Amino acid sequence: MSEELKALEVATEVDARGTACPGPLLDAKRAIAECPEGGVMSVLSSDEGTIIDITRWCKKMKHEYLGDFEDDGFWRVFLRKSA
Amino acid sequence: MSDENQNMEEMIKQLTARVEALEENAPNDKLTIGMISGNLDYTIAALIVALGATAYDMEVDLFFTFWSIAALRDPKKHPKKDSLGKMFGAMLPSSSKKLPLSKMQMLGMGPPMIRAVMKMHKAKSLEELIKDAAEFGIRIHICEMSMDVMGFKKEEMIDYPHMDFVGVGTFVDMFQDSKQCWFM
Repeated sequence: MSEELKALEVATEVDARGTACPGPLLDAKRAIAECPEGGVMSVLSSDEGTIIDITRWCKKMKHEYLGDFEDDGFWRVFLRKSA
Repeated sequence: MSDENQNMEEMIKQLTARVEALEENAPNDKLTIGMISGNLDYTIAALIVALGATAYDMEVDLFFTFWSIAALRDPKKHPKKDSLGKMFGAMLPSSSKKLPLSKMQMLGMGPPMIRAVMKMHKAKSLEELIKDAAEFGIRIHICEMSMDVMGFKKEEMIDYPHMDFVGVGTFVDMFQDSKQCWFM
């Protein structure tokens, strides 16, 4: 799973490791505007809760949740912006 | 045209009118929060939920009443006041930074302790949350009657891009149009 995610071409990366909830969600909301339609966005978060938060957010906002994996003490979350 | 067709047309007309009326009265993707406590913890909680809602493209209106308004005071602004207003002004928190906690106030040691712990956990401060709220278009409405009772002046409120001074009618109008309304 993580190999496939690593191979993705990321259009927009958001580093939200500096803030706790609601920081990562707000950073994602800010950055999604920059991401091209159909492009991949990745969110880096030190909060594990971000995984469930972003999964639900994607479902509601019609983005495609691609997956996540743990990196060196933080999580990388991937999604594809709705076209 | 047969009677049956005429009936059908009449029914469709009536249904269309009813659907239109329903649509007009249906709540929108909006959240309205009435604020009253004036406590640091309640104010932070309200702002975090409000900001979360904006991430879901919801429109958010915050209606500040009574004690909660102190969070919006700018300590650098000192408009002219009568003696009662001055007295209230001195007794109430001079800014968001002076808000008490609803629990564990501990003679004033509680709030700085909570702020330090939140910072340690990388949680945003109330002041940072207010800044985010401005960026995400969260509207702040201040109850004019409360403000008068507390002796607060419009001129002593923080600089906030989406702020106005209203009455309860506006609050009712806002929550009628909202999917959710809270009071805290």
